[in-house]
Amino acid sequence: MSIADKVEVRLRVNGEDTAIMVLPYKTLLEVLREDLGLTGTKHGCELGECSTCGVLVDGKPFLSCLAMPLDLEGREVTTIEGMARGREPHPLQVAFAELGAAQCGYCTPAMLLTAKALLDREPRPSREMIKQALSGVLCRCTGYLKIFEAVELAASRGSDG
Amino acid sequence: MASSNPGSMFIAGGTDLVPNLKRRQFDVPALISLNALPGMRLIDGDGERGVTIGAGVTLDELAHHPALDGAYRALAQACDQVSTPQVRCMGTLGGNLLVDPRCNYYNQTYSWRKAAGFCLKKDGDICLVARSSPRCWAVSSSDSAPVALALDATVTLHGVGGDRRVRAHELYKDDGIDYTTKRADEVIVSVEVPGSEARMTSAYWKLRRRPAFDFPILGVAVALSWDDGMVRAARGALGAVGSRPVEITAFLAPLNGRRPDDALIAEVADAADKPARPLDNTDLSHYWRKRMTRVYIERALREACGVDPLAGRLSAQVKAAAI
Amino acid sequence: MAEAFSVVGKSLTKPDAYAKVSGQTKFADDLSLPRMLFGRILRSPYPHARVLRVDTSAARELPGVLAVLTGDDLPVKFGILPVSQDEEALAREKVRYVGDPIAAVAATDEWIADEALGLIDVQFTELPHAMSIQEALAAQGEPIHGSSNVHKAVALEFGDTDAAMRVAEYVREDTVFFEGNTHLPMEQHAAVAQYAADGKLTLWTSSQTPHYVHRALGKVLELPMSRIRVIATPNGGGFGGKSDIFSHELVAAKFAMATGRPVKITLTREEVFYAHRGRHPVLMKVKTGFTRGGRITAMQFQSFLDGGGYGSYGVASTYYTGALQATTYAIPRYRFEAVRLFTNKPPCGPKRGHGTPQPRFALEIHFDKAAEELGVDPVELRRRNLPAPDSRTVNWLRITSCGLEDCINKVVDGSGFLRRRTSMPKGRGLGFAVSSYLSGAGTAIYWNDMPHSEVQLKLDRNGGVLLLCGAIDIGQGSDHILAAIVAEVLGVALDDIQLSTGDTDLTPIDLGSYSSRVTFMAGNAAKAAAESVRDRLFRAVANALHCDAADLTARDHRIYRSDRPADGLTFAQAVQRAEAQGGVVTGSGSYTPPNLAGPYKGSGVGPSPAYSYSAAVVEVDCDLKTGEVKVPEVWIAHDVGRAINPMLVIGQVEGSVYMALGEALMEEQTFRLGLHKFPSLLEYKSPTALEAPVMHTYLVETIDREGPFGAKEAGQGPLLPVIPAVANAVYDALRIRIDEIPITPEKVLKALNERDRRVGPKSVPTFSFPPLIKAEVPEEWKGK
Ligand SMILES: Cc1cc2nc3c(=O)[nH]c(=O)nc-3n(C[C@H](O)[C@H](O)[C@H](O)COP(=O)(O)OP(=O)(O)OC[C@H]3O[C@@H](n4cnc5c(N)ncnc54)[C@H](O)[C@@H]3O)c2cc1C
Ligand code: SF4
Ligand code: FES
Ligand code: FES
Repeated sequence: MSIADKVEVRLRVNGEDTAIMVLPYKTLLEVLREDLGLTGTKHGCELGECSTCGVLVDGKPFLSCLAMPLDLEGREVTTIEGMARGREPHPLQVAFAELGAAQCGYCTPAMLLTAKALLDREPRPSREMIKQALSGVLCRCTGYLKIFEAVELAASRGSDG
Repeated sequence: MASSNPGSMFIAGGTDLVPNLKRRQFDVPALISLNALPGMRLIDGDGERGVTIGAGVTLDELAHHPALDGAYRALAQACDQVSTPQVRCMGTLGGNLLVDPRCNYYNQTYSWRKAAGFCLKKDGDICLVARSSPRCWAVSSSDSAPVALALDATVTLHGVGGDRRVRAHELYKDDGIDYTTKRADEVIVSVEVPGSEARMTSAYWKLRRRPAFDFPILGVAVALSWDDGMVRAARGALGAVGSRPVEITAFLAPLNGRRPDDALIAEVADAADKPARPLDNTDLSHYWRKRMTRVYIERALREACGVDPLAGRLSAQVKAAAI
Repeated sequence: MAEAFSVVGKSLTKPDAYAKVSGQTKFADDLSLPRMLFGRILRSPYPHARVLRVDTSAARELPGVLAVLTGDDLPVKFGILPVSQDEEALAREKVRYVGDPIAAVAATDEWIADEALGLIDVQFTELPHAMSIQEALAAQGEPIHGSSNVHKAVALEFGDTDAAMRVAEYVREDTVFFEGNTHLPMEQHAAVAQYAADGKLTLWTSSQTPHYVHRALGKVLELPMSRIRVIATPNGGGFGGKSDIFSHELVAAKFAMATGRPVKITLTREEVFYAHRGRHPVLMKVKTGFTRGGRITAMQFQSFLDGGGYGSYGVASTYYTGALQATTYAIPRYRFEAVRLFTNKPPCGPKRGHGTPQPRFALEIHFDKAAEELGVDPVELRRRNLPAPDSRTVNWLRITSCGLEDCINKVVDGSGFLRRRTSMPKGRGLGFAVSSYLSGAGTAIYWNDMPHSEVQLKLDRNGGVLLLCGAIDIGQGSDHILAAIVAEVLGVALDDIQLSTGDTDLTPIDLGSYSSRVTFMAGNAAKAAAESVRDRLFRAVANALHCDAADLTARDHRIYRSDRPADGLTFAQAVQRAEAQGGVVTGSGSYTPPNLAGPYKGSGVGPSPAYSYSAAVVEVDCDLKTGEVKVPEVWIAHDVGRAINPMLVIGQVEGSVYMALGEALMEEQTFRLGLHKFPSLLEYKSPTALEAPVMHTYLVETIDREGPFGAKEAGQGPLLPVIPAVANAVYDALRIRIDEIPITPEKVLKALNERDRRVGPKSVPTFSFPPLIKAEVPEEWKGK
């Protein structure tokens, strides 16, 4: 692949604008991990079947393994690296850590971002709403309960800190 | 653009197309993004006038849109049950109507298909589901498609030859490969569901193994218009039981002009599964899917009639003495 | 009085939690090195075939391809068990399942590597394939290995079971099938290899068993082990699936050596299904004799394991299908016969509960049926056959602590099992089952008389503690357990402990994160290590305070006189004293399990220094018209010995229940046309958040005398009772028996319409097991 095959993509990731040259068929997942070094975004299938690669686009949960960067120009991408406010972890991150909601931690970035999208639109969600909102992210370790509890704990503490 | 790039495909949310491309189910020289097209993301109208939905509206928006609260609830239900919140935030109505028919011999990686033997739909010359069949039986797996038929929606297409409007049931062909009458250069611009001065109710029931992620292995969409407690007209369609959404409106005709009760609904549902011909190419067995069809038709009809969907009589499968 | 412990027993945040919630944890695929190449593996499209020729010339020509490997480049065979050295990194003569590796390419990116795979021309001659136990036994053509498809057959008897059956007042026999399934960790396996200019090889790999990978690399690459460093990266889920040696690990290493550049191989999700080593499909026949009062007189158990294409852990798995029957119930006479067959499927191996969920499923539904016929309730039947603490089973397994009765009481009371069962609405039901599991296998995978776990500590002058251990955290929280134990003994905080784990250059041996062994074995080693440095600190402090070392306490970052707490030094001061007196303050500890083998051949599998116990009640809600089964609520009690961190233990229990429900209701590894039916995350059904039941978890603490602070295992045992409890609940709800996992809606509807209201195997194949090895029964069972 020569440089000639590459195209310029402008992305706004975690509040920062970047312009990079990438192969046009690379997915957002690949661009984030390989070109921008943001390896916090994981992958479990790269076919849309697990949401481990979940990020937020304009605050909504998206699958980075299916999203094409060229289509995201002008939109705001948030990854796990952008979740903390400076050195201050997001209340969801604190709650996940405190309650043991991250076992192996592999689904955790997507789980956290998806939960953030929920709390941003629904600060005090019911258990049922939490289950619905997180139903797209597979976790093989926790049985999900500690994750639900962590979202509830973060909500009760107020997700904006 | 499509006409100048032969073989190129449109991409909206990409949630059906991109996995298929990764599995090398298509060889596409170029993708044409529809996301920047103006007007494709609007929803306009109400129950009386009808509602026009831009093809680029996401499933997530439709699942919660107030315009789909009443008569068109089945469409919101169908969109709300597609896969996962992630897929619904990305996926569009246009893309959903055009989901490439699925088959578990086909929605597999290239190396898997090579090991199993390529099939008619891509790279091969036989159908692995029905080996003597000259055609492909891949399954229409869209949740919104049967609803579009039940609601008698009309689709507006825009292509090099200009605009044309087709009724939903004319959009599909009974073939797992060549599944749509839409021409390659045509874009779905919008979908219009007609209004009605009569009260209308609708419901969508989806059968699948898990309550998230899974494609339908049966979908039942019904829409009823009412006259003072009596059904004026019933329409319905089944999803995932053939290569296109299958009309069951004729089978629902006994409801017309009558007040549906438990017995009538059960009787109608019992007969309405006739056109369902599931094959062994999705999750779970086709016998079971066939047996579930009347149960789900009954449940959908009951919901549209405003009675407890789970309390119906179609317990044919379960012997009364069993419990 | 101060609390007994300051760290142990507390639900503290684990040391790796913040790295995980911030995305900073580096998993293997997150690693990237300058000039790194990407490797891809060409896999067999045939279930069983001879490889005639592999032509890689076109692939080598492709620009961007740096190296191509075939079996001839890695000819040395390997296998996780010394008795099963039957695998090749890349198959040379024969392929044995669709997905068996044949050749590999390293290129500058994955697309080029993929393209190059397509240019490799392989010529095969197809051989007839066997895809099930029955087909493997009936196969006429060339066997999959050697002269027969029988991989391993065992037959053991403890006392005269036939005689005991004859005098039994009630005998029943059941035939049960457990379909195979897989671990499905969310992280695909990945490995990165680097061959430095000085000829040292480093492999980062998402492995549960870096020590075994290290040994295999030495053997296959024919390098001295001192020239190889294996670093296990945090595992994004393991569940047993990353405890073998995998082709991609060896291939990445070989590529690095061949090219002098770092090489990464990450498996695709499809390839993870082929790597497998998951749950064996097992067909079982169980026959038990009872007295009229419901006491077991004898049991005869047969199992047929569908092993897939290679040995892997299979010999151990085979024994495990018969080992733990008698740790769960007091069985006076016991016969066990088993055979593992090779089939043309991805090799099976250890998955959570290794070899024991299948017999557990058979046994617990068998007991439910027996209870009904004997006219006792299912709980009472279990109560009448409880194993005794501090006893030996008829097959010589030593039981220390046993909290089974307590577990039973907790779930039966919590769920209102006896009361509610009779008054449930249509389609609802409750099921009950119990189990036991190992806290680490008593014998290592390769014979040696060295410790199974070792820990080293090094203390800094400012009071920091470096903890080195070969164990790797796979999400189960082993980092926390090690740190907590050391912090407790030394009286410091978790934050004071820096861990370095799973690195064969830096860390002393731990055999790996499998077999539920880390808390017990590495925990004991950590405790011993901490005690040895504490003794040194105590001597230094005693010297300073002019008191006796035995009178000192270490707590709250201080070492002080137990009778006069104001008299003491800070922890850092203590370290400085000790260092001034004797140089660098280090300590080490090891754990070797006691010799627990019984006096018979085959006694190496099953012994464990301690057994955990569990009991579960599961509620089901069945849709009478569709046959769908939902689980709204689960009650589970687990005897963990002591919960070093209750929150983490509950996490393990909840995760086990979740995985069990998946296996009970939907997960299955099925095949068609000679290949995996759907190797994808969409079609291999793994339960979602919406299916998570309400769970009530009860921890029972029996304070095992040999466990660290009394702890036993928690990672696997709680999975065991849940699967049969689901089946028993379905029976309670619908009066149908699904004697076959998974319990799918179609099976439920079928059973409702069958005359015998049952779906399950009718019989086991005829097979002549080897002559029984007749073992003595331990003294306490003689004459019983
Ligand atoms: C794991 C998973 C589960 C899924 N489950 C479901 C499910 O349960 N039910 C279901 O219905 N779908 C399901 N899908 C399929 C898909 O995600 C949805 O159908 C989605 O709505 C497709 O919309 P899209 O915008 O992403 O389509 P795209 O992928 O962008 O396009 C799909 C097809 O439609 C064409 N197309 C798209 N928009 C237009 C237009 N306006 N005009 C002309 N052609 C157009 C494309 O060229 C392509 O052929 C699932 C997908 C995945 C990956
Ligand atoms: S129905 Fe037949 S031809 Fe069509 S995709 Fe499936 S196997 Fe291929
Ligand atoms: S990696 Fe599985 S959905 Fe993207
Ligand atoms: S914590 Fe391991 S997959 Fe969720």
